[in-house]
Amino acid sequence: MALKEQQQEKKDHMILSVGPHHPATHGVLRVVLELDGETIVSAQPETGFLHTGIEKQAEQLTWQQAITVIDRMDYVSSFTNNCGYVLAVEKALGITDRIPPRATVARVILMELQRIASHLIFLGTGIFDLGGMAAIFWAFSLRDRILDIFEAVGGVRFHTSYIRIGGLAKDLPENFKEMVEEFLKLAPGRIEELRDISLENPIFKSRTKGIAKMTYEQALALGQTGHMIRTTGSDYDVRKYYPYCGYENYDFKVPVYQDGDLWSRFAIRFEEIFESLKIIRQALDNLPDGPWLIDDRKLVLPPKAEVKESMEALIHHFKLVQYGFDVPAGEVYQCIESPKGELGFYVVSDGRNKPMRVRVRPPCFYSIYSLSEILKGHMVSDLVAVIAGCDPIFGEVDR
Amino acid sequence: MADLNPHERVQQALQRVAAEVVPDLLEAFPGQVEEIPLTADRIPQVFVTPDALETVALWLKGKGFVQLVDVAGVDYWPHREPRFEVVYHFRELPNLGMIRLRVRCSEQDQVPSLSRIWGMANPAEREVYDQFGIIFKGHPNLKRILNPDDFEGHPLRRDYPIRGPRDLIKLAMPADEGRYRPFVSEPPEEGK
Repeated sequence: MALKEQQQEKKDHMILSVGPHHPATHGVLRVVLELDGETIVSAQPETGFLHTGIEKQAEQLTWQQAITVIDRMDYVSSFTNNCGYVLAVEKALGITDRIPPRATVARVILMELQRIASHLIFLGTGIFDLGGMAAIFWAFSLRDRILDIFEAVGGVRFHTSYIRIGGLAKDLPENFKEMVEEFLKLAPGRIEELRDISLENPIFKSRTKGIAKMTYEQALALGQTGHMIRTTGSDYDVRKYYPYCGYENYDFKVPVYQDGDLWSRFAIRFEEIFESLKIIRQALDNLPDGPWLIDDRKLVLPPKAEVKESMEALIHHFKLVQYGFDVPAGEVYQCIESPKGELGFYVVSDGRNKPMRVRVRPPCFYSIYSLSEILKGHMVSDLVAVIAGCDPIFGEVDR
Repeated sequence: MADLNPHERVQQALQRVAAEVVPDLLEAFPGQVEEIPLTADRIPQVFVTPDALETVALWLKGKGFVQLVDVAGVDYWPHREPRFEVVYHFRELPNLGMIRLRVRCSEQDQVPSLSRIWGMANPAEREVYDQFGIIFKGHPNLKRILNPDDFEGHPLRRDYPIRGPRDLIKLAMPADEGRYRPFVSEPPEEGK
């Protein structure tokens, strides 16, 4: 009924509702388009179809348990979700400096592998949306190698919940170095191959060059971070601006593009993958031995062998399993560079064993709502490509 | 600046905000802005009254805080009255300074919308409205964003039950008596 009324008001314009079950929306997104012929006059994104109340669920779980639901937010990059939340809680506990170096370096390697995996999904599905059929198979086959590493590390391929408050869930597997070495040998050639079939392809170029342009001022007003703002001339990368996990010790560049168009959003991803490979190389060479968990019995479970013999260890085990631990009251904001942009965690504690509020600043949420600005004046056929260029993951948009 | 490591640069920027921007802010808006002690993340923070929010935000934008990072709602029920807080993070780009504005408000209060200054406040405030029921004055399109349009209640309120019969959810708010709250439990006392 509402649609009919709107149509009568603007007789020349057509209202077109795209989604929510359109495969090219990368999930469940509805966009209401107002069309003048084939030109988009206005676009109104609608979200919430995948809303699962993750922030509410996190309030019902203890601090350590909440990692498992935070995992399921951005479901193609669970390591970065975990790490952002864990860093926020560690900051609130004041144990950031006491995390063992092995855990920190392992986190960096895993997060960078996750970044490559997430970028490969973006590139594969994005180029596929523009008609490049081969890209999705090439990208996903390479991503599978990364998931193999994750399976060896955390036991599962997707939602590992491997990064814990105080370190890691368990030690890295013995053959971890060899597996990553193997991937580092394989990856550059495969990614160059993927770049060669896409970026300079005339069809790809004609469909992306100059499309959905965004200026730096627009990007700031619309709350853009990550690749969306770095293609407008800014070098804003949380890893450089607010380093965490020792990112200041690695030698890497932040690629910057000036055009702000769709083509540069794809092109920047390839460069970011190569920078991530550089970071993994350095981190792998400097992976120290030693403990992977903080030595604090009030926060992490004691070793199982000790529980069978020591009274104190048994009490600690029981207390941690039954109750968890308290986090001092207060507010903490911690941001990290997720594959999609700045992923912020605003964590509020009231001094108890459960979070009082876990607010997630989702980067995709803001890039999806920038569609209403950047789509204006473009053709309907550009819609699919522009949505892909935002790199939305609806588990994170809707939480 | 170049010889400092990035951590020190961040700390220095935050200290500069605490030492220079916050006193100026307190002076420019007497009675409307109140300083809060730092928490573990060392980001300077202030309480702002709802009426002053828009002018304070514009003032900060003029001082170089060009990026609004996030708008978050927090429900402090039953510990505080008024129960809600709307939290804004601002950042200086390309400098590293950050500041946190916290606006205390009750269910009846209206918080001015910042969507005319930052376009991103539009969806962010819609989400706070959807999840907490806080009304934003002057918002162009204050509708639900994550929950369906016919949803009843505001799920991120602390007294909204995570499980239980739908009828209990429809009770008038704030309904702190006889509500079904299966997971909100008190911590055991020491020694028990």
